[in-house]
Amino acid sequence: MCAFASLSWEMDQEKRGRFHDFSGLGFWRTRYWGQPPLQAPAGAELWVWFQPTVTDVDKAWKELSNILSGIFCASLNFIDSTNTVIPTASFKPLGLANGTDHHLLRYAVLPREVVCTENLTPWKKLLPCGSKAGLAVLLKAERLFHSSYHSQAVHIRPICRDASCLAVSWELRQTLTVVFDFFSSGQGKKDWSLFKMFSRTLTDSCPLASQSKVYVDISPKNKELLEVSPPPTSVHEAVVQGDKKTYAVYDLLSPSLFNTSRSLNVQLKWKRPQDTEMPIPTLHAQRYVGGYGLQTGEICTLIYNTHPYRAFPVILLETVPWYLRLYVHTLTIITKGKENKPSYIHYQPAQDRRRPHLLEMLIQLPANSVTKITIQFERALLKWTEYPPDPNHGFYVGSSVLSALVPSVTAMKDMDVEQSPLFTSLFPSSDGSSYFVRLYTEPLLVNLPTPDFSMPYNVICLTCTVVAVCYGSFYNLLTRTFHVEEPSRGGLAKRLANVIRKFRGVPPL
Amino acid sequence: QVQLVVPMAVVFGPGSVPGDLPRPLPFRDVQEMEISVNCERPPCLSLPRPLLMGGLADAALHPLQDTTLGSLTVYVVPETSSLLPQGINVYVGKHRSALVRAVGSLAALQARLREVTQVMSFTAASIAAALSDRVPDGRLSPDARRDLKSSLGYEITFSLLNPDPKSHTVDWDIEGAVNRYVKPVLDKLSLVANFSVDSQILYYAVLGVTPRYDKESSSFLLSAHSLPHVINPVEARLGSSAASLYPVLNFLLYVPERSHSPLYIQDKDGAPVSTNAFHSPRWGGIMVYNVEAPASPQASFPLHVDVDMARVMEVFLAQLRLLFGLSREEVPPEFLLEGPGNEGLADWELDHLLWAHTVENIATVSTTLTSLAQLLDKIGNIVIKDDVASEVYRAVASVQSAVTKLSLGHLHAAFQASKEAVTSSERAFFDPSLLHLLYFPDDQKFAIYIPLFLPMAVPILLSLAKIVRETRMRKKEPTKMD
Repeated sequence: MCAFASLSWEMDQEKRGRFHDFSGLGFWRTRYWGQPPLQAPAGAELWVWFQPTVTDVDKAWKELSNILSGIFCASLNFIDSTNTVIPTASFKPLGLANGTDHHLLRYAVLPREVVCTENLTPWKKLLPCGSKAGLAVLLKAERLFHSSYHSQAVHIRPICRDASCLAVSWELRQTLTVVFDFFSSGQGKKDWSLFKMFSRTLTDSCPLASQSKVYVDISPKNKELLEVSPPPTSVHEAVVQGDKKTYAVYDLLSPSLFNTSRSLNVQLKWKRPQDTEMPIPTLHAQRYVGGYGLQTGEICTLIYNTHPYRAFPVILLETVPWYLRLYVHTLTIITKGKENKPSYIHYQPAQDRRRPHLLEMLIQLPANSVTKITIQFERALLKWTEYPPDPNHGFYVGSSVLSALVPSVTAMKDMDVEQSPLFTSLFPSSDGSSYFVRLYTEPLLVNLPTPDFSMPYNVICLTCTVVAVCYGSFYNLLTRTFHVEEPSRGGLAKRLANVIRKFRGVPPL
Repeated sequence: QVQLVVPMAVVFGPGSVPGDLPRPLPFRDVQEMEISVNCERPPCLSLPRPLLMGGLADAALHPLQDTTLGSLTVYVVPETSSLLPQGINVYVGKHRSALVRAVGSLAALQARLREVTQVMSFTAASIAAALSDRVPDGRLSPDARRDLKSSLGYEITFSLLNPDPKSHTVDWDIEGAVNRYVKPVLDKLSLVANFSVDSQILYYAVLGVTPRYDKESSSFLLSAHSLPHVINPVEARLGSSAASLYPVLNFLLYVPERSHSPLYIQDKDGAPVSTNAFHSPRWGGIMVYNVEAPASPQASFPLHVDVDMARVMEVFLAQLRLLFGLSREEVPPEFLLEGPGNEGLADWELDHLLWAHTVENIATVSTTLTSLAQLLDKIGNIVIKDDVASEVYRAVASVQSAVTKLSLGHLHAAFQASKEAVTSSERAFFDPSLLHLLYFPDDQKFAIYIPLFLPMAVPILLSLAKIVRETRMRKKEPTKMD
């Protein structure tokens, strides 16, 4: 609450529009875990729509990233012009929007940042009840970070307070996505419970919450397959991301939930071992670096459309740092063996040390196809002070962003928005037939040619030795004077030898 | 040496002119008082303080004029006049004017006028307090360092702490209260600095100290010596310093938990404080708002509480005045002060602040520029950019103009000049190009060149020594051969 006050203070002071800040650790394995509810890129990502009244957007962007870096203890202050881009089509303002002049939008991603406890703590401080009551008591750092994937996000946007939209207020939405992998780390069973995951249970709801619910996905509604205990307060059916899903709802505000026991420990047990794999999502993507050597390379992006009969367009946003010099004439998009021309391309070339590459394309994906996008690049040689302390680790290229309206396989009906506002904002649907998806690909790790950092030391040593030895001996040779010397009684070596001979009983030299 | 001048106009009512006032009128007099602030490190300011007096021949009392900042108007009424109540010799109004009872001689009148300026403008103690960073300890009273440092702006945060939201649902109309009570004060103070106000509500924020239960009064008590430990745990939750450039003043309203109600603060003697509040210098204030226990034991929790903002704002505004150093306690007993009314402070109290802040700004600028000069002396090859140089020139020019204006008595202009001087000097001093570490210290240069030159130099030095030895031997030989 306190930091929300300071966040909203600078919202008004500096007239920001809305912003979204993601931090992620790990990568979402779409093939094993299914479609993520809200995907985040690896590292930290920040995008902000400024209000039209802001005159100097770049200055405001720098101030905002520094202030957020202080509030969330994240290194967002590394955001500068070398990793900020102005996308034209990929991000549209959420909530109330006055105008969409894309010069007011800034997007930056820091792929190298990791999220850890010091980012979780200010995130928890933003919650009204903190971590003292309600659902947030489960969020203890030592269990949350013992997971395969962790991502947290903060979104702020203006929304109408009521249907007539006479008053506007700020909505702060905080999301936390964690994947606990019990199958590999547990006893080989897929059963889980709140206590197993978080080592604590729910005891009450936050007194300030108007709604406090736990949704458990029990989609295969077959009673023989799985069992959820304690019995849920209600069961909710919805079409989420194109699939019909059933949720068991635990309403923490209903008095019947805590009647029998003071604590709520939701458990799920599989009655029969489950063999089926997760359904492959309609849209997913992969990205990798091809080529060999340290001079050239190729970025390949594979986009899969697994819908059986519908084609749909997708917007791809790629931000490549300036030290990978892209050759746009080598951009090829191949679908099913034939070339695929994008209907909209926006390319902004990089400026050395000032601006990264920005490539935005609108590509039509035919049904049931794989689209391969390749672009070649050349690696630049940096100045020796620009290398990080571990240059052989490689340099990160941020994830590319895919935004699409994916047609759903199952038809959806209009959902009642007032009944469960959080649920619908988490799984929004503009109309019944498609849903909005934003995907992130893997970040890339690219090796740049590195110089030999020990060379300055080598040079100094070699020069000094050569100069000293050669010059010294040459000088000595030139200036030496010879004169006769009388024989000395013997040096130290001879005296030592005589001492040893005395011990042996042999006459001295 | 800085001169502070208070222009003062004295208006004599009929029958109040002292006998020994020299004719012809108008008559000007300058009274000087030297205040030396003893300091060991330069720069040292010593402040002679002239008072100007001008007498007007017009017998009728003029209506109260709107005087400019820093100047005073004193109206002298006859000794037997009934305008002033019995036992009161001086009445200080809201707007930089005062009514003084006449005395027989000019010298006594001058003494009384000097007292008036001490109350309405500044005292040696207040100026010394403003310079407290440069005066060594021991010479100052324990209250001397209490005031807020002069700054270009302040951020005021009102926080409502509710540690027990299950028992109490607290509502406060902070926006209305700020508009009604706080805004007039801040508008008056807007001459001194920019103010921004915000508010927040914190839940589950507990005080760091467990209060003691007192059986006699059946209430919980916080003793005076445990108060300093209250602030630290709460401050971690307040979190406003991350986003602001200016110093923050926090005003907290704490509604105690049901298990610790009612809660009273004890002062040093053990008596409960009437306002149930305390403040900490340069930080802010905390007030404890007790909620009455419900009459019927079956009341449903949480209880709804509507905070009485008038009572709360009274306390907070008084604390704000104290934080700025505007207390009315050092007034001599025969003075009567008019209440400040809705605006929260009188014009002459604003002058108090301006005098103190101007002097503090001038001292800060001189310290900053001196440190900058010392830094430049230490590093010989530092590069000064053109804009840094122009900021330094601007700072020096502004300080000089501030000092001149102070000696002329133009307080407003002097304050603006001193503010500009502080901004320019800070900008020059904190410029990133002046970083000490950017320049190679001399010993590092030695470390690089010695491995190269020392092995080269050794044979040269040896042969030089040999040459010297040989020439000496050759000089001796001719004499020996003989």
